Amino acid sequence: MNESVTKKNANLVRLLVFVVLGMFGFGYALVPLYDVLCEVTGLNGKVESSAIKEVGYEVDKNREITVEFMTALNEATPMVFRPEMKKIKVHPGEYYTVNFYAENKTDKVMVARAIPSISPGAVAEFFKKTECFCFSEQTFKAREGRTMPVRFVVNPEIPKEYKTITLAYTFFDNTETSVK
Amino acid sequence: MSAVVAEHDDHHDHGPAKGLLRWVITTNHKDIGTLYLLFALAMFFVGGAMAMVIRAELFEPGMQFVNPQFFNSMTTMHALVMVFGAVMPAFVGLANWMIPMMIGAPDMALPRMNNMSFWLLVAGVLLLASTLFMEGGAPASGWTLYPPLVLQTGKALPFAIFSVHLLGISSIMGAINIIATIFNMRAPGMTLMKMPMFVWTWLITAFLLIAIMPVFAGAVTMLLTDKFFATSFFDAAGGGDPVLYQHIFWFFGHPEVYVMILPTFGVASTIIPVFARKPLFGYSSMVHATAAIAFLSFIVWAHHMFTVGMPIAGELYFMYATMLIAIPTGVKVFNWTATMWKGSMTFETPMLFSIAFVVLFTMGGFTGLMMSVAPADFQYHDTYFIVAHFHYTLVPASIFILMAAGYFWLPKWTGHMYDERIGKLHFWLSVISVNVLFFPQHFLGLAGMPRRIPDYAVQFADWNMISSIGGFIFGASQLLFLYIVIHTIKGGTGEKVTSEVWEDAAKHSLEWTLPSPPPYHTFTTPPTVIPTEHI
Repeated sequence: MNESVTKKNANLVRLLVFVVLGMFGFGYALVPLYDVLCEVTGLNGKVESSAIKEVGYEVDKNREITVEFMTALNEATPMVFRPEMKKIKVHPGEYYTVNFYAENKTDKVMVARAIPSISPGAVAEFFKKTECFCFSEQTFKAREGRTMPVRFVVNPEIPKEYKTITLAYTFFDNTETSVK
Repeated sequence: MSAVVAEHDDHHDHGPAKGLLRWVITTNHKDIGTLYLLFALAMFFVGGAMAMVIRAELFEPGMQFVNPQFFNSMTTMHALVMVFGAVMPAFVGLANWMIPMMIGAPDMALPRMNNMSFWLLVAGVLLLASTLFMEGGAPASGWTLYPPLVLQTGKALPFAIFSVHLLGISSIMGAINIIATIFNMRAPGMTLMKMPMFVWTWLITAFLLIAIMPVFAGAVTMLLTDKFFATSFFDAAGGGDPVLYQHIFWFFGHPEVYVMILPTFGVASTIIPVFARKPLFGYSSMVHATAAIAFLSFIVWAHHMFTVGMPIAGELYFMYATMLIAIPTGVKVFNWTATMWKGSMTFETPMLFSIAFVVLFTMGGFTGLMMSVAPADFQYHDTYFIVAHFHYTLVPASIFILMAAGYFWLPKWTGHMYDERIGKLHFWLSVISVNVLFFPQHFLGLAGMPRRIPDYAVQFADWNMISSIGGFIFGASQLLFLYIVIHTIKGGTGEKVTSEVWEDAAKHSLEWTLPSPPPYHTFTTPPTVIPTEHI
């Protein structure tokens, strides 16, 4: 192989290795891109992870939407967790507070995190919360049980075809992995 | 040509190293090609044995031989071994042997890296195989390694992930080598648009590989850090999302299936014109169709996940984009058919396998088109229908074409002729049993039998038994191929093999201008005449 071919090969290999490293980075870049896409479009039932300021909407008294509440515990999370009511009929634009009860069944301090999900996914962008226990990790003392509120409003701009919204929370035991 | 070779031998005079060490330290493209091909053949039988365990368990409803965990390990390992240990290395082996000889180059561009990528492959596959003997068993989550299920793997998880890393590095090095060889080592006059189709398809495949293998390496690294270093890429408790893994995986996974099929197209486009005694119909449309398929493969990945709860807009986009692939693929099938049209066809074993490929791959393509219809896919998803679909595109397509390539080039590689009667027997047994094996799986899937489950409802019993019988015959028939390979290497029929082997083959491609078997070093002086019959 003559010298010029060797040099051409070396240059090409350098370029291709650069492409490989770039694609490795691209794989990781997909993570924030995916989140951005979910947030922008409200797909995947991803809900805002922080509180919004309470703004006054015009209440639509003529419309009623049923909001259902579901609670679940991730595998091996030793807790009691239930909503105060199974469902509530709401008027779009009006604020409501619903309480959830959670209890640590162990004799140790537990750090747990509730992950929300909204179904159907497309309504996530119309479901606003000013207060939620899911916005941060919750620390429970041994055997502690407490009532925690969720304050929410359904944006009156929600398309007419939606008559039922399901709000689901899953508690995960993060005691081992919590950075606190 | 022989004059050139003789002259070369005078002033270089280094043949292969003596003894077994030759195979460890070799940097010769023919030796490394042989290593890849033999390794792939061995893995084909290992992966095949795993498939036999699966079909034995599914022979009757109820649990027969293995426990469900091991059954799931078998489906997972069968797929990983076949994809990363058999089909991909076999095509890399063909690339090593054939690309330098087809473009008139003396060797691959980076011979030492070539050696390293082979031995990394062996290390990766051994590491993967070792997980079978670990506490908790081999990965049992399916080859897609979806979290959170895959994170429940026992001690084997990090080993499986490092094995994927090694296999990825090996493929990437192989791909870089192939691109460098094709770009920089072509003989004078061998312009890109004169290259044989096999070289073209491999060039495009190599680009796919360097684009997707790093993404897969990233995805499994995220699994690793999720499991051991408290990251939460896919862990809902920490704000991650398991569906994200599916997106990243299939961004790799969909082009990956084309990594296995594009070189298949290349070999088919090489063999069919020789036995039809006509130039390939529509050479440039073949090149462009290959490039179009490769491009489309990057923008259709979510058709593997129609059921995860995507919005209608997403379903529609991925549905229509997927259907578009049928157009360039249709161009190819049309061209192969048109190549055979009014050709003076003969039906030696490589041609038989190639014709079966055209017919059966088209069937696999059509079921793919059915599943691209998002609403219909909700019925087919994760049933035996998808199993039937991708096995039709891999077994009577990729595997058949690899068999065809074996029969086509074995006389060139060894200088001996294989036994045509046994070759034909192998073909007919394979082509009948492969349909007995996979065709009933369409019915099972449509009737609702889920994949990756070791037991099933009794209404599925008859077709499963028929499928298993087909599987056992297909598996046993492949032993004939093993016999033929060994027999041919050892001398074959004893018939004298010319440099062309097949009538007028030298008009199609440069390797047929070399003696059979070719000397250890070829084209140290570039060829002067470039065949153009295939264009």
